Order: sequence, then structure tokens, then C-alpha cells
Amino acid sequence: MLTSILNIFINLGRRILAYVYFMGGLSNLAVQTLFWVFIPPFKKNRILEQAKKAGIDSFPIVSLVAFFIGVIMALQTAYQLQRLGSEMYIASIVALSLVRELGPVITALVVAGRFGAAVAAELGSMQVTEQIDALETLATNPVKYLVVPRLLALSLMMPVLTLYADIIGILGGWLICVQKLGISSSMYLHITFDALLYKDLFTGLAKTVFFGMIIAFVSCYEGFNVEGGAEGVGKATTRAVVTSFIMIIAADCFFTALFYFILP
Amino acid sequence: MIEIKELSKSFNSHKVLDGLNFEIDKGTTCVIIGRSGCGKSVLLKHIVGIMRPEAGQVFIDGKEVNKLRDKELDLLRMKIGMVFQGGALFDSMCVGENVGFGLIEHKRLKKREVFERVEESLSLVGLGGIEHLMPAELSGGMKKRVALARAICIKPDIILYDEPTTGVDPITADSINELIKRLHDQLKVTSIVVTHDMKSAYKIADKIAMLYQGKIIAEGTPEEIQNTEHPVVHQFINGLAKGPITETLG
Ligand SMILES: Nc1ncnc2c1ncn2[C@@H]1O[C@H](COP(=O)(O)OP(=O)(O)OP(=O)(O)O)[C@@H](O)[C@H]1O
Ligand SMILES: [Mg+2]
Repeated sequence: MLTSILNIFINLGRRILAYVYFMGGLSNLAVQTLFWVFIPPFKKNRILEQAKKAGIDSFPIVSLVAFFIGVIMALQTAYQLQRLGSEMYIASIVALSLVRELGPVITALVVAGRFGAAVAAELGSMQVTEQIDALETLATNPVKYLVVPRLLALSLMMPVLTLYADIIGILGGWLICVQKLGISSSMYLHITFDALLYKDLFTGLAKTVFFGMIIAFVSCYEGFNVEGGAEGVGKATTRAVVTSFIMIIAADCFFTALFYFILP
Repeated sequence: MIEIKELSKSFNSHKVLDGLNFEIDKGTTCVIIGRSGCGKSVLLKHIVGIMRPEAGQVFIDGKEVNKLRDKELDLLRMKIGMVFQGGALFDSMCVGENVGFGLIEHKRLKKREVFERVEESLSLVGLGGIEHLMPAELSGGMKKRVALARAICIKPDIILYDEPTTGVDPITADSINELIKRLHDQLKVTSIVVTHDMKSAYKIADKIAMLYQGKIIAEGTPEEIQNTEHPVVHQFINGLAKGPITETLG
């Protein structure tokens, strides 16, 4: 009895320690990366290559997900608003939810699952096959060479992808309202643009830069810290995705609260 | 000149290097032998500074590797070529980009000059004309030789070879030995070669050293090592299953 209680505390202690260790490592990587971002030479090609992998290649899946979310949002709000006889407002609710919350978060989750996992797996297998060591022996800093381009690519592409997701989502809502609920197209668009303020768009896009940074740091950190061959790479990939998800949602909660109070 | 003083390193309380002392003179070829898992690769990694010692120091030309700042360390590393045991080729790049990596990243050379140096290094290891292949398309022995080409492409003063002839056919192995000798004779390169292959050890070494239980237990010229009285070294170089090494393991 006593030993099992003791064990619970020991386990808890271990978890907390592991968490502190993880946060320490992650912040260390973040600081190093933010330092190296400003040190020349700047290799444009590597950033563009990563931007293509993180951004351009994500367009199809982001389109698909955003479109479905738009459709779902429209149907769901319709279900509630029809009772009140105010279907007019579907457009504004869909637009606001998408631009302020769903667009940024869904895009970040898709990118974390697609690109973050790929980064963790790629850097992880580089780690286990000593390619990261080889970079260092060739006088190349792995953070500068591997993390910086990914960080810049993600911070650059996240807002672009999110804006695109917002548009596709609104299109999904529009399709349902115009085709199925009999709201006129011009009316829908009019209400949409009426409801959206610059502030909504700005806060929605600004936080995605941070989501991009979370994805970059977490997946690179997990990749660099792989231990134990192919199995370790698999575990690191899973951890990178799960940790990114949690941190993105937590960060979103923080930003939503922040913007709610400072930009009422 | 490379000096190693009281170098210690352990992993999870398993002591791999234990107060190791060793010196390698400029322009000589030193072969390090020892059983699998005794810490030879770990020793090489300390020399280029990609592993940090727990205790002790590594000096290269009088400078302590671990005390160098990033810039100085990078300068030093551009003078050291390292051939990793597993090759460690960048698998997102083709062979040509791998071999020319150091030049492309750090030397202001024209594309054509880089290309020529890459070509030259690859033909030195007997692999001319495969620049466009990806590492995944190479055999194990070819990967090793490309890794060798990458190490010599930056024209280093010191080359660390981690088992350069393991996994290649005997003829290629001998041509790699010839290459190591030629770099030594013509360019006065300082080489440290880790190998299990006693035949190549005798052929290329100025000095052979044996790593055992975290220390260098014997060193000498190939003749001295061949005629050693030391029971551990004797058992190792003659490849005997019975002897002091296997007894201590129980
Ligand atoms: N990164 C590491 N983490 C934990 N243990 C390690 C690490 N690197 C090496 N070791 C341990 O250190 C010991 C020496 O490893 P090392 O790779 O230097 O052996 P080696 O002499 O090169 O063997 P081989 O001839 O098989 O290549 C091994 O027991 C290994 O388990
Ligand atoms: Mg080894």
C-alpha cells in the first residue's frame, strides 16, 4: 500500500521532470534558431524548398478539410437558426468562426500532421544514421542548416494557407446556403463581408505564424532527440504530432483570450 | 599533432573511455584496433568534437577542441575529414552534392571548380561518373567510398577513417589502403584509421595502438605489435578465441 502510493509520487515526479526537461530543450532550440535566423549567409533555395513541402503541397488537403468544415458549419448553424427564423445570419456566423478560429486551427493541425510528422521523421532518421554528426564535421551548424529554413518556411506559409482555407470554407458555406437553403448569393456575400472586420482577419492570421513556429520547433526538437533506431524515429514522429496538437490548441486558447480582452 | 589527455566518457554509467592518453604526430598514419564496442568510434567523435568528454581534453595543434568557439571550431573542422562507419551520406542529396558539400557551403568556388574537385575525389576512390546517383541507389561498399570521397574533397590536413575497408571487396579494400598511403606520402596528411582488418593495419600504419577497457594498452610500429609479448594484444591480432580478453568476460 505504502509502496504503491510512493510509486505514484515517483512516477509523477518523473513525468514532471521529463516535462521540464522537454520545455528546457525546446526553448533552448527556439533561442538558438532565432539567433541563427539573423546570421548570414541566407540560403533562399532551402527556404523555398521547405515552403513548397510545407505550403504548396498542403493545398489539396487543406482545401478538402476547409471545404467540409464550411459545409458542416453552415448546416449546423442552419439547424439552430432555422428555429429562430433567422437563416440570414448563417453567413456571418460561418465567416466569423472560420476566419477567427476554425481556419487557423484546422490549418495548423493539418500542417502539423502532414509536414511536422515528415520533419520529425526526416531529422530523426538523419540523427540515427549520423547525418547530423556529419553535418557538424563539415563545419555546418545543424540548427542553421535544418531548423532555420523550416521555421521560416512555416511562418511564411501558415498565414497564406490559412487565408486560403478561410476562403474555401466560406465557399463551402455559400454552396450550402445558396443551393440548399435558398439564400441568394449576393445576400450571402454581402452579409459575410459585412460581418468580417479587418481585426478578425488580422488576429486569425497573426496567430498562425506562432502555430507555424510551434510546429517547426517541436518537430525539429523531436527529430534531433531520437534515440534507438527506426523504432525511436516512429515514436518521435508520434510525439511530434501529439505535442504540436496540444500546444497549438493551448496557444489558440491563449490568443483567443488575449485578443478578446485587448481588442474587444 | 593530436594529443589526448585523460579522456573519459561513459553512457548510462557504462564507462567506455576511461582516462585515455594518446598522441599522434603530424603527418603520420595511426591505426587503432580493438574489439567491437570498445569505443573506437566514440574516440574519433571526441577528436572532431561532436561528442563532449566527461573529463580530459583533446588538443589539435595545441588547441583544446572543447574550448574552441563556434567559429574556430568550424575552421578546425574544415581541416579535418571524417569518414563515418556507416557512411552518413545525406540521403536527400545526390552523390555529387554529398561529396562537394563542404566546398559548396564554405568555399567561394565557381560551380565548375567544385564539379572538378568532386570528379577528382570520386575518381580517387574509383567511382568516377556517379555524381547524379542518390545514396539509396548505391551498394554498401560504394556508400563507404563516397563517404571517403566526401572527406578528402575538402583537402583536409587530418583524416579520421572509421573502418574504411569494412564491407568492401578485397581489391577495393587494397585500393583504399593505397589511397590512404598516397595521401600520407604525397600530401603529408595525418590519418587515424580504425580497422579490424589486420592486413591493412600492417600495410598502412606508422603506428598501431590497441584500445582495450577504455585505455590504450599498447602502441608501437607494425613490427613491434606483430611481435608483441602483451597477451591481450597477442590474442587480438591473432584472432584467438581463447585468451585473456575472453576470460575476463567470463
Ligand atoms: N550515443 C550513444 N549512446 C549510448 N551509448 C553509446 C553511444 N555511442 C556509443 N555507445 C556505447 O559505447 C560503446 C562503444 O561504442 P563504439 O561505437 O565506439 O564502439 P566501436 O569500438 O566503434 O565498435 P565497432 O568496432 O563495432 O564499431 C558501445 O558499448 C556503445 O553501446
Ligand atoms: Mg565503431
